Amino acid sequence: MQDYQMMVKAYEEAGGTPDVFKDPKTAHLVVNQNKVLGSQSIDGLTVTAREKEGGIDVDLRVDEGTKVANPVHLCFGVLPREGRQEIKLNALIRKGAEIRILAHCVFPNAIKVQHIMDALYTLEDSASLTYEEVHYHGVAGGVEVIPHARIKVGKDARIMTSFLLVKGRVGTLDIDYQAEADENGTLEMVARIYGYGEDKIKIKESGQLTGRGARGLIKSRIAVRERAESEVISELGASAPNARGHVDCVEVVQGEATAKAVPLVSVLHEHAQVTHEAAIGRVNQKELETLMSRGLKEEEAIELIIGGMLK
Amino acid sequence: MLKIENLNIQKDKKVILREIDFEVKPKEIYGILGPNGAGKSSLAYAIMGCSGYRPNEGRIIFDGKAINNLPIWERARLGITLAWQQEARFEGITVEDYLLLGMKKKDRAEAEGALQNVLLDPKEYLKRRVDKTLSGGERKRIELASIFTMRPRLAILDEPDSGIDILALERIIEFVRNLTERGTTVILITHRADVARIAERAALIGEGYLVKQGPCQEVVEYFETRCLVCPQFK
Repeated sequence: MQDYQMMVKAYEEAGGTPDVFKDPKTAHLVVNQNKVLGSQSIDGLTVTAREKEGGIDVDLRVDEGTKVANPVHLCFGVLPREGRQEIKLNALIRKGAEIRILAHCVFPNAIKVQHIMDALYTLEDSASLTYEEVHYHGVAGGVEVIPHARIKVGKDARIMTSFLLVKGRVGTLDIDYQAEADENGTLEMVARIYGYGEDKIKIKESGQLTGRGARGLIKSRIAVRERAESEVISELGASAPNARGHVDCVEVVQGEATAKAVPLVSVLHEHAQVTHEAAIGRVNQKELETLMSRGLKEEEAIELIIGGMLK
Repeated sequence: MLKIENLNIQKDKKVILREIDFEVKPKEIYGILGPNGAGKSSLAYAIMGCSGYRPNEGRIIFDGKAINNLPIWERARLGITLAWQQEARFEGITVEDYLLLGMKKKDRAEAEGALQNVLLDPKEYLKRRVDKTLSGGERKRIELASIFTMRPRLAILDEPDSGIDILALERIIEFVRNLTERGTTVILITHRADVARIAERAALIGEGYLVKQGPCQEVVEYFETRCLVCPQFK
């Protein structure tokens, strides 16, 4: 019980609202390391978590046509300084169902912590999933986060993923998302990350628009300073008529930090289109000088621009 | 209030402003006229202190003090600001944040009033972001509104008429007059003779040189009869 309260407290400090865990109409799951501390299902939505050796298997099922009113809250954390968490998540969103998931990943004391997420999201036809993952890491930089996901977006279905890591040190991050969208399916993957110190950020997001009229957006907003390193590989392919995609990557570099962006776009049908834009380097001079012409010092202006970009 | 003495600026080894001399008096509207590419915006950037526009020769004097070596933000804190011709876009910064930026005393009601002044509904715009979702005209009006809230002592308005439809143009002219009524001195940069006419005095710049200065009417007439008829200025 003490662990549960500590996790909820850490969740609150990371910006979550702990009252949701008392609400009978809100589904949730609370996990510390590889131990399930609490879970709740609701009508039309089942959350099942099974502890196993070295990890946890989580099944999340949303019944056909169910529109889940309240966001589902997932709270994953490792409270001790050292530890390992491995979660295998299988989410199935049945036909016409709609759900929003808020995942908070908290590692406030991490010195040597590893968080591994291996997820499969299956969205049946006309289903909708909004998955927002917010990380809160301590300042020691001792976290290794490895979120991998495969995403299948059915006909007329829509997924929006958002990964936010702007509080505390990143540590080492290795994102690998692979998604595929069927006819008129929509996939949108957004990552906003702020690295500093010796942080290492690696993002690989890949989307394949295989269905007629599918839509895709891969958007990254990364800021690195001090000696942090960032590498963003955004891959978007369109192979069906009227499929449209866009890759949009901005990486702001300060100090001795380094950044790399690799947009890989491909079109395999004459009526498909994929565009990309990338800007890497220091803060945009025009933006900087505009704010300075309002009286902000250079460092204040940089803070405001980066803060806005990561918001 | 502002005195420019023998200003020479080179950029990328090319002279873009030569031997510019003029003086702006407190609370007047001073027009800077000239065709596209004449050096009007470069002059604005030099007065503001933008990177790459530091004078090679000459002085920029504000309130009797040379400001050549001051960074932009220090010039802004002295009361100088610039409404940019090509305005920057900011992800995540709301119109409200932007309007409050330069205000000494953050006053939301004044921000709302500034938006109304440029014919934008505060209810619709305050929470919008100053990003690519705004049209060019909307962004232009927000830029002008931000000058209004800042209450600067000297506002350089770089082509406030560009991207503004004819119906709103009169409002923009009225806005410039309102600024001076509130005690702001205005340098109005334009290539439109009809807009320049609201200035009391003006200078005409062509190919980096100050071609003529004096009462606005005289400068505008010179611009219309000598410059606008010349094919190279069109």
